[in-house]
Amino acid sequence: MQMTDVVIVGTGPAGIRAAETLVKAGLRPVVIDESCAVGGQIYRQPPLSLTRPPKQLYGADARRAVAAHARFDALQACIDYRPDSFVWGVRDGVLDLVSRDLCTTVPWQRLILATGAMDRVLPFAGWTLPGVYSLGGAQVALKGQAAAIGRRVVFLGTGPLLYLVAYQYAKAGIDVAAVLDTAPFAGQIRALPGLLLGGSTFLRGLYYLGWLRAHRIPMHTGVEPLAALSDTGGSVRALRWKDARGKQHDTPCDAIGFGYGLRSETQLADLLRLEFVFDARQRQWLPRQDEHGRASRPGIYLAGDGARVMGAAIAELAGERAACALLVDLGRTDCQARLQVLAKRIRRAERFRDALDNIAFPFPHQHVARAADDMMICRCEGITVGALRSAARTHGAGELNRAKALSRTGMGRCQGRVCGAAAAEILATELRVGIEQVGRFRGQAPVKPISLAALAGGAAG
Amino acid sequence: LDGQAITAYAGETILTAVLANRTTLRKFEFGTASRSGLCVMGACQDCWIALENGRRVRACSTLVEPDMRIVTAFDKASDTAGEHADD
Repeated sequence: MQMTDVVIVGTGPAGIRAAETLVKAGLRPVVIDESCAVGGQIYRQPPLSLTRPPKQLYGADARRAVAAHARFDALQACIDYRPDSFVWGVRDGVLDLVSRDLCTTVPWQRLILATGAMDRVLPFAGWTLPGVYSLGGAQVALKGQAAAIGRRVVFLGTGPLLYLVAYQYAKAGIDVAAVLDTAPFAGQIRALPGLLLGGSTFLRGLYYLGWLRAHRIPMHTGVEPLAALSDTGGSVRALRWKDARGKQHDTPCDAIGFGYGLRSETQLADLLRLEFVFDARQRQWLPRQDEHGRASRPGIYLAGDGARVMGAAIAELAGERAACALLVDLGRTDCQARLQVLAKRIRRAERFRDALDNIAFPFPHQHVARAADDMMICRCEGITVGALRSAARTHGAGELNRAKALSRTGMGRCQGRVCGAAAAEILATELRVGIEQVGRFRGQAPVKPISLAALAGGAAG
Repeated sequence: LDGQAITAYAGETILTAVLANRTTLRKFEFGTASRSGLCVMGACQDCWIALENGRRVRACSTLVEPDMRIVTAFDKASDTAGEHADD
């Protein structure tokens, strides 16, 4: 087989499995990792000095995490591994990297994007206070740093991660003040038939719930967050929330972990000018892919939660699927059979995800749609919901990028990663159109801030 | 940290080390509030912090080093002037 420049971006479950598949087929891919150790967020490895037993770090995923790390270690001699390297831009045939403040380029002919996901957050009053973190952030602090976000923590939001992180904190000896799920309990019952398809994943969820209940940790469903309240020093002292019957509560705490499922990181797909389609389940615009993970442009493949949020187990399969599709496109017809098997298995997981995301833990977009005008939506630039609404109402912004230009919402350092989901909901409500009508924030290079010194150094070198 | 010596464990990030010593990480550029990060995975850019040599780093994904000098107490005017050079 002819040699070709194959590059994998990301070393979470999808990236690792893709690399493994390509190596088995005799290729030597370049594997780029923003972090200094592989695993992505889910199988994140702490620095050696802060490590703990795998069972403590990864819980029920311990075996899978250890296996993924071990498989990657075994690959190291057969790949061109670039840890601590961030892809800040991509052009036809060239990736722009920055590593320890040095810019370099990597050529590519075929590209597998396994860029992962981050928490989907919805702002609430006081969400910018010190002590308020995303659920994933709370988990990363524990996993990667053996540190907690507070001594007495409220967990808020919805989705499997809510209960998992609460369980992990309680298990680590942190006082979990409450677990507040915005999803109504009725939906979780209604989702049961679909959830049962999740097999062990579903049983694990039940185990966390049961454990939390047995340890008398207060849990409520159907809640609405009202405000994080601050002490005189400007840090969190309580969460104010409304229960399912409309009664208001203040739960004292010194930290809040919150999140509503995950959001795919699609900036590189955007820079590549891939076609996007609106995904109703995820309420997000995602790069279009065929049933084998091929993107809309030849030579580009998509895998893992960065393409569509399906969880770690499916991300592994999607990583292998993308690699198989790539191999088939290189003429390796022997991968065709495996490709069909993988596509079928991934398709089968669809019903479980649907039950999970749409019925059991629906995204409470109605909360933010009725947010007060003085609430800050863009925490980078300090822009209020009112300013965004006024961009639509008085200046006629009919889609997100126009609203961004007029109000600066989403113009800050995070490029709308954090506020994008909420901004779309607010704009759509204001304009009385469907969420898919308001578009998405365009990604721009550099997709995360890099220093001018790095750029200048790269140009000179 | 702002001229004060603090100790940290090897392998800690700047975010962990600073927040083990106080409740906030940095001042918010456009107001009086303080910030302490949000996503802890290098995506939200809320935890940017400056080193004495002028480098800005993400506190959540930068490990502490011996004798690192972190500065969060800026002269307000000069700091925001830099931020809003394009306005």
